Amino acid sequence: MVAFLMNRLGPQIICFVFGLVLFAVYFSAHPVARQINTTVLVDYWQIIFAFTLIIGVISFVNLSVHDIKRGHNRFYRFISLFGLVIMPVFAVIWGIKGDSPFMWMFDNVQVPMQSTVFSLLAFFVASASYRGFRARSLPATVLLVAALLTLISRSSLEGALPSFIAGTADWVRGNPSMAARRAILIGIGLGSLTTSLRVLLGIERTWLGGEK
Amino acid sequence: MITGYIIITLAVTASPVAWFDTGKTVTLIAAIISILIVLYTTFHKSSREKFKVRKIAGLRAVEDAIGRATEMARPVLFTPGWGGDIQRPTTIASMNILSHVAEKTCQYDCRLVYPTHDPVIMAVAQEVIKEACARAGFPDRYRENDIFYVSSSQFGYAAAVEGLISRLKPASIFLLGTFEAESLILAETGNINKAIQIAGTDSTIQLSFFIVACDYVLIGEELFAASGYLSQDKSILASVRAQDILKVIIAMLLILAVIWATINPDSTWWRF
Repeated sequence: MVAFLMNRLGPQIICFVFGLVLFAVYFSAHPVARQINTTVLVDYWQIIFAFTLIIGVISFVNLSVHDIKRGHNRFYRFISLFGLVIMPVFAVIWGIKGDSPFMWMFDNVQVPMQSTVFSLLAFFVASASYRGFRARSLPATVLLVAALLTLISRSSLEGALPSFIAGTADWVRGNPSMAARRAILIGIGLGSLTTSLRVLLGIERTWLGGEK
Repeated sequence: MITGYIIITLAVTASPVAWFDTGKTVTLIAAIISILIVLYTTFHKSSREKFKVRKIAGLRAVEDAIGRATEMARPVLFTPGWGGDIQRPTTIASMNILSHVAEKTCQYDCRLVYPTHDPVIMAVAQEVIKEACARAGFPDRYRENDIFYVSSSQFGYAAAVEGLISRLKPASIFLLGTFEAESLILAETGNINKAIQIAGTDSTIQLSFFIVACDYVLIGEELFAASGYLSQDKSILASVRAQDILKVIIAMLLILAVIWATINPDSTWWRF
């Protein structure tokens, strides 16, 4: 009974009450309503996130130690744990300002690594485009022509080509493409609405772990 | 307690600003109509009578994808993307599919790997998968170490999941949730590793990347209908029907607005 209250009924009631309050608050410009909004969506959320981050870090450390013991990806796991330990140590001892070791590590290790992963996108866009734009059927040919028009209209070649190319590309983006996007967005909006209502009313309980 | 005190103090000393923002009247009316339609279709008995839900290829392929991974003795990888947190309906929809996938992988004794960028999502996913294993009748097949937090940094997460795909070589990959720039990195890595991929997100930009790189894509409301489609729960399917009713109403309003604007271009009422 206690487990049912703690794991099922309690969270469901909290979810329903907060959902209802935030729905009402959205339609008010009153300072009290804004304060409730900030308190729930910013303050409470940060407190919850701080606690769950601890759980996340514990899970990461457990997994890394487990893999090191079993000899799985030992080198990568050591590097990850080293980064996890060394950054807070640097921050606590020398702070995080200007020329501190923390900022040096951030600027010279983390930022270049992030940029490297991001730059992979250029190659992946090329390989995905190659597969996606092969003119094997009529719709694929239409897609290829639309893509070429857009590509040319956005390149430095645009000035040297007839103006109708840029006009056609803009028309493709602003009309058929936008119409399709809006149709999908309406579906997503309605889907979000019904999913949210199902969660608030307790019809959908997967987020609590399951049906029972 | 402190927050409650602040709110009560603010209420007592409240400024004379109106409680209702009149600029949002149309939104409120639309929201109330939508909510009433969803409630009617969900709880009214005759409205829940049998009706047909069209076949969704991406969801029909879920079982094949898990079967493939089982036959190849390789894991299934499921990730909710970097863009969302547990508050987003997309993440909730993704959890609904995860529950079904986890139940099937438990039945087939297939490994399910779930890397995530958000510790809250990790905690919820652990609970969902644990419950799914119990429902499948194999609680001992739940592996907590396979549901883990990798990094909150976007490209840290992308690199970690990309590395996992390259090392584990999962036979099936589910990319369902909120994705941003990492979508193509993950989908292309899965494609290179010859995994069968089922993807779905609420971003139209990322959807186009998934369409070229994945085998099956859940477009628009299909992601949100998945829960009812997979479980065949009448209440959930009835709310999917509400989506269709609302879509018809929106289409009718659009047609009316187009006709009105054509006849009387100076009119503005339809621009709400």
